[in-house]
Amino acid sequence: MIFTFTDEQTELAATLRRFLQDKSPSSEVRRLMATEQGYDPQTWAQLAGQLGLQGLVIPEKYGGSGAGPVELAVACEQMGRALLCAPYFATAVLGVHALLASGDQAAAEDFLPAIADGTTIATLAVPEADGAWSTEGLQTRARRSGDGYRLDGRKSFVLDGHVAGLLLVVAQADGGPSLFAVQGGADGLERRLLETLDMTRKQAVLELDGVPGRLIGAEGTAGDVVARTLRLAAVALAAEQVGGAQRCLDMSVEYAKIRMQFGRPIGSFQAIKHMCADLLLEVESARSVAYYAAWAAQDGSDELPLVSSLAKAFCSEAYFRAAADNIQIHGGIGFTWEHDAHLYYRRAKSTELMLGTPSEHREIAASYLIDRAATPG
Amino acid sequence: MEATGSSARQQARDWIEENFDPQLSLRAWLERLADSGWACPAWPADWYGRGLAPEQAALAYEEFNRVDAPGPPAGLGVMLAAPTIIANGSDELRRTFVRAVLVGDHAWCQLFSEPGAGSDLAGLQTKAERDGDEFVVNGQKVWTSGGQIADYGMLLARTDPDVPKHRGITYFALPMNQPGVEVRPLIQMTGESGFSEVFFSNARVPASAIIGELNGGWGVALSTLGFERTSLGTATGLGFRLTSPGGSRFLAQQEISVAEFIAAAKANARSYGVGGTAMTAGGIIPLVTLAAELGRDHDPEVRQQIVRLYTLGSANSWNGLRAGAALRARGRAGAEASLGKLMASRIGRQWRDTASLIAGPHGMLAGEDGPLGGRLASQLLATPGPSIYGGSDQIQRNIIGERVLGLPKEPDPSRTVPFRQLKVGTQVAESAAPGEAS
Repeated sequence: MIFTFTDEQTELAATLRRFLQDKSPSSEVRRLMATEQGYDPQTWAQLAGQLGLQGLVIPEKYGGSGAGPVELAVACEQMGRALLCAPYFATAVLGVHALLASGDQAAAEDFLPAIADGTTIATLAVPEADGAWSTEGLQTRARRSGDGYRLDGRKSFVLDGHVAGLLLVVAQADGGPSLFAVQGGADGLERRLLETLDMTRKQAVLELDGVPGRLIGAEGTAGDVVARTLRLAAVALAAEQVGGAQRCLDMSVEYAKIRMQFGRPIGSFQAIKHMCADLLLEVESARSVAYYAAWAAQDGSDELPLVSSLAKAFCSEAYFRAAADNIQIHGGIGFTWEHDAHLYYRRAKSTELMLGTPSEHREIAASYLIDRAATPG
Repeated sequence: MEATGSSARQQARDWIEENFDPQLSLRAWLERLADSGWACPAWPADWYGRGLAPEQAALAYEEFNRVDAPGPPAGLGVMLAAPTIIANGSDELRRTFVRAVLVGDHAWCQLFSEPGAGSDLAGLQTKAERDGDEFVVNGQKVWTSGGQIADYGMLLARTDPDVPKHRGITYFALPMNQPGVEVRPLIQMTGESGFSEVFFSNARVPASAIIGELNGGWGVALSTLGFERTSLGTATGLGFRLTSPGGSRFLAQQEISVAEFIAAAKANARSYGVGGTAMTAGGIIPLVTLAAELGRDHDPEVRQQIVRLYTLGSANSWNGLRAGAALRARGRAGAEASLGKLMASRIGRQWRDTASLIAGPHGMLAGEDGPLGGRLASQLLATPGPSIYGGSDQIQRNIIGERVLGLPKEPDPSRTVPFRQLKVGTQVAESAAPGEAS
């Protein structure tokens, strides 16, 4: 039933929260964000081995735990709260959902077990130079070569593309936009790490020069696969944003209780108290919208195309406001490198612009709400 | 959980099957409903309810609404007075007042705010002085919704001015139909009169009508304000869709049959306001229609703002659902439960701003000349209300900041000063002499 969390879901949140307090404190986030690799292989292995998180939505027959979008949202919320530096979103959300959406059983058998056990880092490469998550006007081409394909072109904004062993690349084939599996170490592939605003999640450029690729699903089906993946990824990202926004609010409230000015805690002043109350309204509403969308995804509701976009738009703006107000409430200390506030500010702005901006998602929602000809589904 | 919910639905369905008869007089139906506990199924089973959780009650309401069954009279009696009396009153008061509200014998108004006591309600100056078994009331109240039709008032009055302000207030059930009570309509900025000023000159109320303890009225008032906050923030739809006329002045209207009442209510459906629907996601429907009529439905800014409105309305509903789910699972709701009123004001503003964006120059016109048959103009004028009444947005933020987030209270020297020494209300420089206020 909607919004009623099972004991298992509640336990997942609590366990992961403890795990991340231990494995992803601020000091570790700062250490990892300064590395090129951007994650800790040991923590990554424990996420899979101890907690089974990479395989959360992978069906049991492929070595996963067969959970759904609600459990994934619970996990992403906690990771967002801790600013976990790991290729989780790229692998367990984008990679897994794209493979499942492709309906390609052989690919699922070949790739999903190694994702579930933490061996394979995967990602989905859709955007090119313009950064759009669209399968229209692709410049990257795939041509038949023997019994396989060769890919040429350039992909950008590829999350964790520099470390992924499995790159799911969307390219234009004769039959239309198609999905291909490319190995991280393939001949003709060059990868370059991009300098990013959010240092806690890496992005890369992929240069493809005759790189061998394996077709996933049928030619011409990548449009639908990407659309479905994007909706589910938008929901997971919205949940991640809720976790980050909640942490910003918590930091603000904690600080407002202990910071003394004019002889009293700044949180006793209405100027600060009211900012915090408004943030609570934002964060709680964002949580309701994100989880409503997660349940819509879990239940296979035909509302998903609408509510996933509502969630991505609303949670993006709520997170950024919380991150920006958190700095304001902290004053000078909040503007320093040593304070964590800027790490959330960076993540908030970056996720706001990722997978479509709030305006773009509201326009998608408008197409369902205003243009009656279009029905969700 | 589903099972209990379904069984509440099933019980309601069975009861309706057995008892709902459109040929009954409205009065007879209201009595049957009140005595069965289905009028307010979330109230305690001992006091005309069935002790259902809000979520189960919502399922039951759906069954009543399915057959268009009229519910008890809408208004402050059912919303505030009866719940306050059930929570704080003596059994005698409960017997006198609770059923009378449900069957429509009594309509109530709230006699809280005064010209000098708005957000700082505890600064109220209306006084009640003991005279044998009665209290004599003098002073003035304001913003009294339904003052002209009320049979009783929830009166807060100063009964001890020599102690700090919160400790000298008593809560009474005051009979309104008496010579010492004068009700004058107050015209609000919409041009309508939704509320009144109420003047007391030696009005009388029996000591037995004290709700709670003498000088213990502040705590009782807080419980009323709690009921008010919850109900003002709740999206419409949780309750009977049709509500009966109530109060002694409307008793004659209860003589018609339920069937006649339903037919008349449906004929009147045109008067269904946007105020309620604007709070839910459904609030976009008239705006989408208007945008299409004016050829504005492809304007990107219009589309963005309509979706923002829809999202806020949805979030408000989903916050409510989440609170309900948490209540069922853990026995208490989370922070989301306290946010409805603040959200409702915000949604009202978003509706207004989106509507006027769509309307453009037509937004200057009202009445039959204006968009949506005048609803746009009247809603535009009504929008400042919700962020003021029932505790302003600023007070809501204080409450959320302090009670939910645990932020420290503002230092308030007025809490410890005997009321007699306090300055209260709007003070003109030359009249601000010490002691003047009391």
